[in-house]
Order: sequence, then structure tokens, then C-alpha cells
Amino acid sequence: MDQSPEFDLSQEPESADPQDAYERGHGPYQPHEPGYGLDQPGYSPYEDEIPDPQTRMLAIKNAKAYLLKTSTKSGLNLYDHFANILTKILDEQPTNTVDIIENISKDVKWAQFQKKMDTLCDEHLVPPTFEASEKYKALFIKEDGEEEHEELEEEMGQPSLPNVMETAFYFEQAGIGLSKDESYYIFLALKNLINLQPIQTCRFWGKILGLEMNYIIAEVQLQEGEEEEEIGEEGEEIVEEGEKEMGEAEEDEQKEQEAEPPKSTYKPPPEIPKEANGTGTNKYVYFVCNEPGTPWVKLPPVTPAQIVCARKIKKFFTGWLNSPVVSFPPFPGNEANYLRAQIARISAGTHVSPTGFYQFENEDEEDDEGADTYEENPEFEPPPVAEMVESLATWAHHVKGILKQGRCVWINPSQKSEENEEEEEEEEEGEEQQEERGPPLLTLISEDEGMKDIPAWTAQASTDLIPQYSVAILQSNRWPGAYAFASGRKFENIYFGWGHKYSPESHTPALPPPAQAEFPSGPGITETIDPTVEEEMAFKAAQEEALAEDEEGEDEEEEDD
Amino acid sequence: MEAQSLPAALALVAGGGVGLSPERRAALGASLPLVQRDYRFERVWFWGCIQGLRGAYYIAEGLGPDRAAPRCRLYSLNCLDWSLLTPATKEMLALAEQVKGRFQGDPSFEYNLSEINAEAAARLMESGKEPVMKEEARLIATIEQIDREVGIVPRGAFVKTPLGSVHENRHFEGLSLVEAKKLSSYFHFTEPVNLKNKTLLEKANLDPSIDFLDSLEHDIPRGSWSIQLEKGGTVVVLRSLLWLGLTFYHVPMTKQFGYVYFGTGEKNLDLPFML
Repeated sequence: MDQSPEFDLSQEPESADPQDAYERGHGPYQPHEPGYGLDQPGYSPYEDEIPDPQTRMLAIKNAKAYLLKTSTKSGLNLYDHFANILTKILDEQPTNTVDIIENISKDVKWAQFQKKMDTLCDEHLVPPTFEASEKYKALFIKEDGEEEHEELEEEMGQPSLPNVMETAFYFEQAGIGLSKDESYYIFLALKNLINLQPIQTCRFWGKILGLEMNYIIAEVQLQEGEEEEEIGEEGEEIVEEGEKEMGEAEEDEQKEQEAEPPKSTYKPPPEIPKEANGTGTNKYVYFVCNEPGTPWVKLPPVTPAQIVCARKIKKFFTGWLNSPVVSFPPFPGNEANYLRAQIARISAGTHVSPTGFYQFENEDEEDDEGADTYEENPEFEPPPVAEMVESLATWAHHVKGILKQGRCVWINPSQKSEENEEEEEEEEEGEEQQEERGPPLLTLISEDEGMKDIPAWTAQASTDLIPQYSVAILQSNRWPGAYAFASGRKFENIYFGWGHKYSPESHTPALPPPAQAEFPSGPGITETIDPTVEEEMAFKAAQEEALAEDEEGEDEEEEDD
Repeated sequence: MEAQSLPAALALVAGGGVGLSPERRAALGASLPLVQRDYRFERVWFWGCIQGLRGAYYIAEGLGPDRAAPRCRLYSLNCLDWSLLTPATKEMLALAEQVKGRFQGDPSFEYNLSEINAEAAARLMESGKEPVMKEEARLIATIEQIDREVGIVPRGAFVKTPLGSVHENRHFEGLSLVEAKKLSSYFHFTEPVNLKNKTLLEKANLDPSIDFLDSLEHDIPRGSWSIQLEKGGTVVVLRSLLWLGLTFYHVPMTKQFGYVYFGTGEKNLDLPFML
């Protein structure tokens, strides 16, 4: 076009829609505009088809209707699409529009589709809240086979379900405990545990917090038949290992025929055997679950090596029983073993009862070993709460303390090693360990040592305002989180915490062992300097002289003869 | 935690095992509104309880119109009679970091400074005062440290106005469950330290009215927070491993949140060994 754009705009008023201009009246076409002369009869493109102006209007309307037809695929129509394109072009006024007109058309179509994406719904997420609620609801289901169960119970002696809510009430007077809902869920979960496992006595031991999940722990005594089965299983495992060793020994003999480097004479120190189930540190069996409603898992019995190592490390629990415990010194086991070891330490350190509640079965206390069993004292008179708070001598431990060896009852490790020694003659390798004696069973807690100036226990009454109904509360300072209450004949211990001991100093991890000493250097293995070439030549010359002298000597002798 | 929502909030943090006895709760319910009236606070927060050997300190905080202003702290031995604590000074903070061991439970107990820090003791002697540190000062410093290091709020709960003051965000409807599991959705409710160090790219995504605090993502050491969803996601509970006993709770998709401290008031310096 020769004309400037301004001239065009004056011809076509501001609306960018050419159709509007057409409808509003274009005015007579000028000779320079396209379409000039088309309205003259004989020059219209449809001239040969539609001669009549009336029908021409109809044809125009039909054309427009066709343009407005909606596409079945996309829902757009050509009319609107062109309108949008031209709007966009006139708004943006790009250069060389005719070259990019197809791209502009595509962009307009793409813009159309963007809005339609909003009608897609997000996937309906099922929040885990509902799954947990299902689990909690399952706790409330009463079993159908309860009648049969009750008959069995009467035969074998009823397992005692502890009254968790009552205990929770007493601890709540001191501000300790979980929310009532959680306590009730734990109550029901313990009931399930008793129904599933052959249990004689059961107690809610406490809750240990972890990084990702927490542990709820039940202290349990299994019925006697069940424990023997476990020992049988362990015996079988040992027999299998023995057989494997035999197989290996045969292979070794074959190998010995081939050249082999000398075997090391190192014998690891004898392993201290764990205590039998039902005694000492393994007196109770512990079941744990992450949340009430999840299945209970039995913790394995604890070995002295695990307790000794657990004393040296301090690690948070993650909440997964089979996660490894990465530490130095390396912990012999996974988190389940570490948890069991800490439970054993906490029980030994903080389970207390009013003095006199338990008494020894035999009055004689000759053997420490015999003092493992105690029974309730029927003549126990509970002292008043004020006295229990004031004097720590009114409380006594009823769990045996753990010795340095890791057991409650000391054992001489070298006795066991005699059975294993076949070729070893030296018994000096077994170190003479002094027999360890811990405090006897029912020691008063007033004899517990404090750390620096911090006493081992803090005793308080639950309330000063209403002394006749107050409860005596003990808090342990050595194991923060261990609590005990006593009110009349009722008492209970519980633990809520992270599972670690308190130490006034920071935790210092064990140092790695010192580097092994080198073989002592002596004249026998000290390297001497290699002889120089001159020295060697001189030596060789001296040797030849000596040989020559000998030959001469022999020759002379022969000549003499 | 807000004093008004105390009963519900205590039920939500009870997972840790330590809480308040009914007597203390009732006493708080009676005395905290009186504190609000007497000191003309706009909000009163029950901060928590520091357990000493012979007694416990119950702490409350009062907030004025600007929620980010330094808070007034009060302590009580029985949840009924509250005494105002002076603001913490830098010397107090420095000295308190060196005092180790449990709180005694008696606010007038004096720690002998010559054992702990000879220089400070010498300085005090020169200025004519005794080389001791009172337990009250240690208490003030400990509370300030805990608030600074582990006092947290969810993202979006507080808004900063163009004038600089901070208010609660009335349009805060709670974090979604997905957001609640991320550490980046929680902020330290204290003067930000790391904000300026963010790259321009990160800053472009921030909303200056909401993201004006440090998030928990870059806390040192990593892993010093334990996030748990209790009751299958009904409550998200964050426990600090640096100050054992600080528990933060939030019910996703609701406005309920808060933190409380029930502990011995000692920093867990063994944390790197324990993780």
C-alpha cells in the first residue's frame, strides 16, 4: 500500500474488527483500496452464482453462519478465532506480520487451551489421618471368642491387666503422663497383647521418644512353658553353628596340606554369657510398639556385651527397630538391642518401691544369688506421704543393679574358656578379674550416690494445698524421665523420656585404641649397611690370599711327604 | 502457647510425657488473665516450666501490640504469684552459657563464679560486687537463649506490616499436611540472621510480608529437629533435640499452634554425638 498507516486508520475507525467497519458503513471504496469495484454488478466474486442483491445478503449471512460454526474437536469457531487473531495483531503490531501469521494463529489457539486446564481436578489424596483412625478403632473391637478365652484363663491363672488409667491418674497429680486418649489406647493395646501372647504379668513400662517414631514399652513375664521353648530354639541355633564349625575344620585340614601363612595366635577375650531368661537383667520380657494399634514386637534378651557398650555410647533412637546403631565402640546389635539395653539399665537404676513392701523369701542373705527373688510383704504398713517425701530411706530398689561386667550376678569368664581350650596351655591370658559385688537387692535409695552436688533423687508431694490426698512423687536425676509415685499401698514406676542417662559433664566418646607397638629392634634384626665396592674387593682379595696360602701349605706338605 | 487455649494445647503436647498437674492448670487458668490485666498485655503466652532440683519455675510471656518486640517475662514458683524478670543482657548470656548443671529451684541461689569463669569474677570484684551469679539471672538468660534458638512459629502465622511491626495473620488458615512435614515451613520467632545471606534467586520467591524470619531448614547441626505426625496426621509435633523438652505443636489446616518448654533448662551439647 502506498498510503501511510495513519491514512488507513482514518478510513477505518478505531475498532480493530473489520467486520464492524463493514457493518457500520465503510463508505464508498476508493480506487486504491482492494475491493474497489466489487460491489459493481459483474465484479463480485460470486457474480456468476448470485446475481440478486437480496440473495447476496443471504449469502453473506450464510457465510457468516458458516464461520461461526463450532468445531466438534476443539470447540472453537473460525469467526472468533479470526477475531482474536486480528485483535492480537492490532494490539501488538508486530513487524512483518504476514510472515508470522501462522505462528500467531497457533499462539492464539494455545492461549485458548490454557484456561481449559483449570477444569482438571487434583487427585483426591487420602490423608493418613484416616488410616490411623482405623487402627485406633480396631483397638476397641471386642473379640468374639471371649467366652472360650475366659475358661482357659481360669485354668491357667488369670494374667493381670494393669489398671493403666488408675496409674495415669496418680501420675497426672504430679503433671506426668500422656493425654487421656493415648493412655486409654495403650490400655486397650495391652489388653490385646495379653490376649495374643501367653503372659503371666504385664505392666506399662513407659514411653521412649525417638526421632521419627516413639516406642511404647510393656514389661511382661511370660508363662513358664513359653520361655523354655525359646531356650530350645537357641540351643538348636548353637548346634547348627557347631556343625558348621565342623565342616569348616575339615576344609581347614585340606587346606593345611597346601602352603598357608601362619595363623595368628590372637584369641579374643572370652564372651561373657548372657543371663538366663527369668533372672537378672533378663528377668522380664519387653514388648514394644510404635503406636497403640500397631503390632507388638518382642525385644530380644540383652547380653552383657550390649550393656557394657551401651554405657559408652549415647545415641538417639530413630523409631525403627532394625536400624543400625553406628557408634564407637561399635555396638553389637541394632536399635532393638540398644533399646533393650537401655531399658535394662533404666529398670536397674530407677525401679523403686516403698521400703518393706517387698521382702526376701528366706531371711538368710548368705548368697547374693539367692536374693534374686522377693515377694510381697503382707504385713507392710505404708508410711504417711509426708514421711515418704522427706526421707529417701522409705524407698528401696527392687531390681538388682547391673555390675560393671554387664550382668547382675558376676561370672568368672575364665571358667568357661577352659572348655574351649584344646591346645592352649597358657592360662595367663585369662585375666584375673576380681569378683564384683553389687549392692544387695532391696537397698534403700538414700544410699544412691549423687553426681557432684546433685542428689540422685528428688522427692516431692503432688500438692501442698490438700495434704491429705497428696501423692508422694519421686523423680530420678540420674535418669531424667524416670518417675515413681506412692500413695498408701499403691505405687508404680514409669519412664517418659529419650532413654539417656544424665551426666553433668559432656559426653566424651571412647578414644580409639593406641596404635600397636612395633617389634622391638635389637641387634638381631637391625639392618647393617651394605659393604661398599672397595670393601668387597678387599675382602675378595683377602679370601684369595688365604686360599693361595692354604694351597701352598698343602703343596709344601705334599712335597714333604 | 496461648493462655486461652491452654487446656487443648496441653493435651496435644502430652506425647512427651511431661505436663502440668490439674492443680497447676487450674491455678494458671486463674492467674494468667490477672497477669494480662495487671500488666496490660495484649497476649499472654504460657512459656513452660523449668524443673529445678528442689522446685520448678513456671514462666509466662506477655506480648504487646508488636509481637516481635522484646517480650516481658514473668516467673512463678506456684503458678499463682508472678514476678517480672528483667530483660537479658549480653553479660548475663555469656556467663549463663558457662554455668553447667541443673537449676536448683531457688531463685536466690548463688553460683560461685570464681569456679566457673575467673575473669568475670575478677571483674565483678573490681567493681565492688560479689563474684556470684544469681540463679534468677541464669534463668533469664536461659529463657532468652531458648526463645532465640528454638522458639518457632509456622510460616504465614505472622505478618510484618510496612511500618515494621508484626501482627498475627488473620488469614492464616494453617499449614497443609504436605507443608507441615517440611522444616522450611517453620520460622524462628526472633531476629533473622540468615535472611540477608540468601541468594537473589531465593529472595525472589519470598513474600516480604510473610517471609521475614529465618526458617528451620539451615539450622546447625542438621537434624536437630524431630518432626512427628501424631494420631495419624491430626497433630504435627516438632521436638527440639538441642534443648530437650521444647515441644511445638500445630494442627494442620487450623489456626492452632504453639510451643512450650518442659525440661531441665540445660542445652544438649552432646547432640552431634547422638545423631
